[in-house]
Amino acid sequence: MEQSTSNEQATPPKNAVASTSAALQEPRFIRYSLTFIALAFLAFFIVLPLVSIFITAFQKGAAVYFAAITHADALSAIKLTLIVVTIAVPLNAIFGVMAAWALTKFNFKGKNLLLTLVDLPFAVSPVIAGLVFILLFGAQGLFGDWLFANDIKIVFALPGIVLATIFVTLPFVARELIPLMQAQGTSEEEASISLGANGFKTFWYVTLPNIKWGLFYGLILCNARAIGEFGAVSVVSGHIRGMTNTMPLHIEILYNEYQFSAAFAVASLMSVIAILTLIIKDIVAWKSKSV
Amino acid sequence: MSIQIQNVSKRFGSFQALKDVSIDIQSGELIALLGPSGSGKTSLLRVIAGLEASDGGDILFDGQTITNRHPKERNVGFVFQHYALFRHMTVFNNVAYGLKVRPRKTRPSKEKIKDKVMELLQLVKLENFAERYPTQLSGGQRQRVALARALAVEPKVLLLDEPFGALDAKVRKELRRWLRKLHDEFHITSIFVTHDQEEALDVADRIVVMNNGQIEQIGSPDEVYTHPKSPFVYDFLGNVNLFKGRLHNGHLTHGEFTIAVPDSYAHTQEDAVGYVRPHNIQIEKTAVSGTVPAKVSHIHLLGPIVQIELRRKDVDEYLEAELSKEQYHTLQLKVGDEVFVKPKELKVFIPEDFSI
Repeated sequence: MEQSTSNEQATPPKNAVASTSAALQEPRFIRYSLTFIALAFLAFFIVLPLVSIFITAFQKGAAVYFAAITHADALSAIKLTLIVVTIAVPLNAIFGVMAAWALTKFNFKGKNLLLTLVDLPFAVSPVIAGLVFILLFGAQGLFGDWLFANDIKIVFALPGIVLATIFVTLPFVARELIPLMQAQGTSEEEASISLGANGFKTFWYVTLPNIKWGLFYGLILCNARAIGEFGAVSVVSGHIRGMTNTMPLHIEILYNEYQFSAAFAVASLMSVIAILTLIIKDIVAWKSKSV
Repeated sequence: MSIQIQNVSKRFGSFQALKDVSIDIQSGELIALLGPSGSGKTSLLRVIAGLEASDGGDILFDGQTITNRHPKERNVGFVFQHYALFRHMTVFNNVAYGLKVRPRKTRPSKEKIKDKVMELLQLVKLENFAERYPTQLSGGQRQRVALARALAVEPKVLLLDEPFGALDAKVRKELRRWLRKLHDEFHITSIFVTHDQEEALDVADRIVVMNNGQIEQIGSPDEVYTHPKSPFVYDFLGNVNLFKGRLHNGHLTHGEFTIAVPDSYAHTQEDAVGYVRPHNIQIEKTAVSGTVPAKVSHIHLLGPIVQIELRRKDVDEYLEAELSKEQYHTLQLKVGDEVFVKPKELKVFIPEDFSI
């Protein structure tokens, strides 16, 4: 099989895992005990809690379960979460692609600063992220008076929740794309330009097809986080039932009111979404490898 | 299309990639930019294509300044070092790309694009590979796709960056002869970058030898090979033996050697360096005038050519000689033999003129 150097660069390193050679084989005893420890750890910390979510959810029967997830407040929380996701994820996709494009295909001053800033939401606690928006747009905040005068509600309303979600999920797409685009380099884009294509056509026909799986992968992660985000959203939402409660906030309220079965019922719904996301993510990862 | 490169300079940070480079290229010429890595040859090619902006100087196509014209409007075909084929497109779509992305007004019809692409694939002998992806092709095939893709837009200038660099020796030779033939048919003004002197000598109409961002010499392959203007060119275009000696009365002395030098140096009395190609070292079994004794220390048989490494007896230095197989058999040389050597032809450079 022939492989050019440029192609080798393009393959992500996770493909490079070689089959285990005999020299790297540990004795059977060590292999089995390590595997056992890992599995036991996973069972205790992941499988057990996950199973307990579903057990608790159905503890009082299927009727209570379905009543919990079809309750008006639950439906409103689900709807709000979906609205937030449909706004935040596409915006992050656009920003992520633009940031990754700028950071990998161009050289400019302040490039490293931008690279660091993209990562900032990962480093900052989500609670602080939420507080920042309160400080900016809250009643006592920087733009508070102006917003009040013009009757624009950001904090304790949908815009605030969307902003907080965007902030927290900002790095996912960009982080996924930057290493990929760095590895691919700029020569295909140069080839496209030299063949007479303009910037947009180059992006559409050359760059985008090359990053589509990476982009999709980033979007899935971004989506998962946007659905599950609690800290930042909790600060800016104001917990108004049926109005500004997202799914995680709704679960917390139910839990605090000792409605365990209802809380876990909604939680089980989120777990199902999470598991589905993971499955799609694996399919995408497998697809992108085979292309 | 003729190309004038006038006083072009380019700097990357503190690194001066091009210093005041000027070349006049006639329409239809095939030019080789030859030099070691870091000599600025690729930078110059990219400046011509517009992929890199120069810091100073001008590029003219047919007498028109295009220095500030966008690369997509220069009508230049660029073949990249690692081909830069669109990996998610088939061979057909790679070649068709330049035609498909044209604005609607100038875009040919689908049938015309198809005809054109198949015609080009036939030209590069890949008509059966149209539906393959780049990863399913060998290096030489990819290179030909890259070439067909560049030719599809009917460029006025063809620029090739180390076009054969990543190929094995046999494919390389085949492809470069093929490129020469192609050029003779189409007469597109072409510039290719190479660090392989053999490739440049074999293919190009004229060679531009570059070093440290500057032009060392421009000339036909024969000119630069037989009349190199500087020690660098002499050195770069082939193996060389150095005789660091002194000029005196029209002779260069080095050890026991006294070698007549060209008339222009007849009255120079200075330290100088004589450059002799290995095939210009004469080997004799018996002493004749002007020879010095030497001992054969190594013999390398390289197909039709035999390389002989000799150790001089007058000074502690090694010489490299090249013989044809026949000469080698007539002389019947063995390692350890004592022979007598002298340079048949030498080129003198005075070190002060050139800082090396």
